[in-house]
Amino acid sequence: MEGSGLWEHVLTIFIASALINNFVFARYLGLCIFFGVTKRMETAVGMSITFTAVMVISSVLSWVVYKYIMVPYHLEYLKIVIFIGIVAAFVQAADTIMKKKTPALYYKLGIYLALIVTNCIIIAVPLINAGEEYGLFESIALAFGSGVGFSLALIIMASIREKLDLADVPKSFQGLPIAFVLTGLIALAFLGFSGMITL
Amino acid sequence: MEGAVKEQQQAQPQLIVSVGPHMRSSESTATIMWTVSGALMPAALMGVYYFGFRAVAIILVSIVTAILSEALTQMALRKPVTVSDGSAFLTGLLIALNVPSSVPLYIPAVGSFVAIVITKQLFGGLGFNIFNPALIGRAFILISFPKQMTTYYKPVMNVTGMDAVTTATPLGLLKEDGLAALLEVFHTKAELYQHLFVGNRAGSLGETSIAALLLGAFFLLFIKRYITWHIPISFIATVGLLTWLFGGTEGLLSGDAIFHMLSGGLILGAFFMATDYVTGPSVRSAQVIFGICAGALTALIRLKGGYPEGVMFAILLMNCFAPLLDRRVRSRVFGKIAVKELK
Repeated sequence: MEGSGLWEHVLTIFIASALINNFVFARYLGLCIFFGVTKRMETAVGMSITFTAVMVISSVLSWVVYKYIMVPYHLEYLKIVIFIGIVAAFVQAADTIMKKKTPALYYKLGIYLALIVTNCIIIAVPLINAGEEYGLFESIALAFGSGVGFSLALIIMASIREKLDLADVPKSFQGLPIAFVLTGLIALAFLGFSGMITL
Repeated sequence: MEGAVKEQQQAQPQLIVSVGPHMRSSESTATIMWTVSGALMPAALMGVYYFGFRAVAIILVSIVTAILSEALTQMALRKPVTVSDGSAFLTGLLIALNVPSSVPLYIPAVGSFVAIVITKQLFGGLGFNIFNPALIGRAFILISFPKQMTTYYKPVMNVTGMDAVTTATPLGLLKEDGLAALLEVFHTKAELYQHLFVGNRAGSLGETSIAALLLGAFFLLFIKRYITWHIPISFIATVGLLTWLFGGTEGLLSGDAIFHMLSGGLILGAFFMATDYVTGPSVRSAQVIFGICAGALTALIRLKGGYPEGVMFAILLMNCFAPLLDRRVRSRVFGKIAVKELK
């Protein structure tokens, strides 16, 4: 019974973080990357893959450090600094290793890595995991769900913005302004999911 | 000699070389918009019949605001004013049909303004909007005025619309108090279906009378052929199937599909708003996917969500995905060289 309860909870966290509490459309985080890479579908897809991978790995690392180093030594008050350090170190390491070992992959996805370090979702997820005292599987569910939710947001946005290229948008609203308006309207549609799962 | 050449030229059939389109029809955007508005008239009249004078006032306010917003924005943007094409009229009418008869008159006006200015004109006007303007307008006022937008009057059936009694919609009753409470109001299931079909129930102005809506839908589908069956039928059938499967309290297959298909704004939304040419996919197979997903989202929100009704959000969410659905049929560009080959 205990076991099935955990899996149900993990699934709930995944769905909640991907759709209901979608980081872009419900919490309005990670907007700089969101607007930066969604001009073209190709960059949106590249960012989605890289982002989800970095998200899951870095939150696992943060979880291990938090659980086995920070909590025993009562260093919880340092979590922001330490999590930023972990994410930055991991991303830099991944960047260097990829450049050396898999240059093809590096040329495809490497440019996104540098952008991810400064993203706020990537630091929000370890902080939420620590704050809610999630276990390993719950942390992975939250990280993967957030990654999938962010990817969904990027891909929807890119498909719409490519269509908007042909639209006769008033001059003062071209580019970023209309993208912000569009994001607001998508967020309005995503409100339909609200109240579905309360964590 | 010269005369012979001329004669020969004249004998040849006159071939005109021109660019497409070669098949022309007298139908224009304006004809379609005004016809769809006409097809909504039975539903609007039923709304007036059931909810009285207030319904007329709401319909007028929201149409006038929509037309004024369109004209003023187009003037401000120095574009030709196109209110005579009927699209602003239709948006205003749809907003009126989607609000309860109890709302103060400024609420539909705000809805029309948001629909026309923010959802349509900012994105470049008719044909470029990503979302159905009427639905964004309605979502905006639902979020901004949640109390007023969910206070429903019982049908009064007198001219003044006075002596109105507030009550919950059938879907609201089902969500809050369960099936027993619903049957207490409508006595038997047969009576419930009958009320839902003719429209004698609490609800938004134009969504209650299924009979009137189906009359308009029939006209558009089979007589004018402005819409096809793909989106509405797959939409409604999915809602029916999923609510039958999961909607009951006694396990699988105990849900009441007929009730779910007849209640809420499903018929109005599926035939008149999900079928919007601009905000839905244009390929048939993509339209069926659009309908099925919208139906699934509607059932999900009705059964599990925070709102009793999910048609509006479901269509808006699918509007987000419509460009993605259409992408897979985009024609391939020939003569392109992959980046890899260049290296």
